[in-house]
Amino acid sequence: MSDRLSVLKTYKLYVGGKFPRSESGRVYEVSDSKGNWLANAPLSSRKDARDAVVAARKAFGGWSGATAYNRGQILYRVAEMLEGRREQFAAEVADAEGLSKAKAAAQVDAAIDRWVWYAGWSDKVAQIAGSANPVAGPYFNLSSPEPTGVVAVLAPQESSFLGLVSVIAPAIVTGNTVVVVTSEKSPLPALSLGEVLATSDLPGGVVNILSGRVNELGGPLAAHQDVNAIDLAGAAADAELVKALETAAADNLKRVLRPQAVDGVADWTADPGTERMLAFLETKTVWHPMGV
Amino acid sequence: MSFEYAPAPESRAVVDIAPSYGLFIDGEFTEAAGGKVFKTVSPANEEVLSEVAQAGSEDVERAVRAARKAFEKWSALPGAERAKYLFRIARLIQERSRELAVLESLDNGKPIRESRDSDLPLVAAHFFYYAGWADKLGHAGYGADPKPLGVAGQVIPWNFPLLMLAWKIAPALACGNTVVLKPAETTPLSALFFADICRQAGLPKGVVNILTGDGSTGAELVAHPDVNKVAFTGSTEVGKAIARTVAGTDKKLTLELGGKAANIVFDDAPIDQAVEGIVNGIFFNQGHVCCAGSRLLVQESVQDELLAALKRRMSTLRVGDPLDKNTDIGAINSAEQLARITELADAGEAEGAERWAPSCELPDAGYWFAPTLFTGVTQAHRIAQEEIFGPVLSVLTFRTPEEAVAKANNTPYGLSAGVWTEKGSRILWMANKLRAGIVWSNTFNKFDPASPFGGYKESGFGREGGRHGLEAYLDV
Repeated sequence: MSDRLSVLKTYKLYVGGKFPRSESGRVYEVSDSKGNWLANAPLSSRKDARDAVVAARKAFGGWSGATAYNRGQILYRVAEMLEGRREQFAAEVADAEGLSKAKAAAQVDAAIDRWVWYAGWSDKVAQIAGSANPVAGPYFNLSSPEPTGVVAVLAPQESSFLGLVSVIAPAIVTGNTVVVVTSEKSPLPALSLGEVLATSDLPGGVVNILSGRVNELGGPLAAHQDVNAIDLAGAAADAELVKALETAAADNLKRVLRPQAVDGVADWTADPGTERMLAFLETKTVWHPMGV
Repeated sequence: MSFEYAPAPESRAVVDIAPSYGLFIDGEFTEAAGGKVFKTVSPANEEVLSEVAQAGSEDVERAVRAARKAFEKWSALPGAERAKYLFRIARLIQERSRELAVLESLDNGKPIRESRDSDLPLVAAHFFYYAGWADKLGHAGYGADPKPLGVAGQVIPWNFPLLMLAWKIAPALACGNTVVLKPAETTPLSALFFADICRQAGLPKGVVNILTGDGSTGAELVAHPDVNKVAFTGSTEVGKAIARTVAGTDKKLTLELGGKAANIVFDDAPIDQAVEGIVNGIFFNQGHVCCAGSRLLVQESVQDELLAALKRRMSTLRVGDPLDKNTDIGAINSAEQLARITELADAGEAEGAERWAPSCELPDAGYWFAPTLFTGVTQAHRIAQEEIFGPVLSVLTFRTPEEAVAKANNTPYGLSAGVWTEKGSRILWMANKLRAGIVWSNTFNKFDPASPFGGYKESGFGREGGRHGLEAYLDV
């Protein structure tokens, strides 16, 4: 038997392309499904949430202004980088969700495939969501979708990795930037995803990952005046929290994606459709006279 | 030699207003359960036009129940049959458009030139447009067989009473929903006339219900637990309150709220066309337009020339009797709104902006406000940040396109914007950078049922018009 003492990983947040600890200095214990200690994760504070929003806003101009082709390439690059780390993620997901190695690997494979699926949407969504409008007059009139802005995402609680990818990818592929709060109980695969994103040509700030308490971070994000939209997937099991967050979101008329889950647990293996992309798009209509 | 305008009044004999109206519930006109009524007046001369019922909770309950009952059959009708009802309604609106235009001008105060040439044709066009969707919903991009939501509770404003009704009711019915609509307190009459059109068209009872009343009626309606869809057009403040009301429910919500649109004029813009666009942008419908171009951003190098031309043009605007066909600017809709406009304009002066208005005589009775221009406005001034919803234009300047974009986007609103320049590449660049749902380039205040309308940021969410407008009324 080997006497080698393993090197424990200190998991950190991913904000603005960097890996900070929580400014609060707090951490919390993360255990596997059997209660064995796995690691400590940063316990993000309200200040971390605000910093993440600042980073996301800063990144918005560049990311939304990048060509759709470029964004698609970068999402595909994420899939490539993940493919090389399948084993690591399968192990983390198995620990996090108490799955067998095979089932965890299937979740990771599905997540990688989801990145590929969304990568292909980048330069197609405008074609299915936009339109040339035949107005009754001599005008050129075109409607096209544009990203809403900074999207706060409460990632699903149960599906620590496939669920997480399923909520991040559709928000960013269209040019939004996100602040995502990981599964509270199982944050480690999400924090590791930060390391993958950092090496995937994704500009810093496009995805910002916070681990911590949904109850503590959801409120400030829902009330934040510089957040344009919020995805409440991670609050699916708590109707009271959903109502409170929606009420707070009304203050600046955030776009709200309500949890769609049945009994608080969504099936992330199902065909995702276009709903999650379209939820964070605005339609801009441009008019110009026609004539000679 | 100067020519005087002779009066050219439209006859009001074409419209027959009853002394009182009830609520339209389940295909019948009925009194409010509480027996309360309120008066609706003509803002141009404060004449009482009629008395209408004030709906209370019991009436909201009855109307929603009628709509729920009608939903079963209406949603089960083949789309082609629903389409025919909507086509009938569209035709009836065309046939009665003169009557409706006069009625709208009487109750709202808008010039007959606009109600006749702009509102009514658009109202009919909306019903025609959505009539055609009723049997083609599977092609709209929302799945093969998209379903309606159920009962739609709709609350609309007083600036375009009949047009906003059309924007709400036409897509709702096309998709198979039934509706309970509350028109604004100061302009209830055209919705009640529309109820009569539904009767003429043979629309099944309960498919369209009209509840007249004030804000409390609207609040009851949007909070009703058996309403599946809430659609509101009005102020951002009320929109936020509605968003809080529906929080935590499964009601689908769309909001069309306020705006503070920038109308951006570059130095290469054709000045005369731009001036027409600016005037149309802010003085159309007395400035009672959520997407009005209320902030003029003019490139510094052409400021003097443009302002001189604009003042010259403003001096030719005719303010007065809404029923006179030569009138450009009619009455302010209510004493309350006049007070708000007056307060904000006074704040503009107090904060140091320079006020100008052409000399024009305003009628003694009624609610009036002369077309007004503020120069020397800064971004911090209230008149540059707050929606005035009246004929008041604030002028700011810029030097570079980047500065124009930054200033244009510097409000919590994001409904519309205008860009005036001859340079095509600059138009496309500007259109890309402006955070607004509608960008009018070298034109302003154009509307069409085929064209989606709606805002970014605090101007609300959801789109009305076009294929996009169907989404609000389908379970997708």
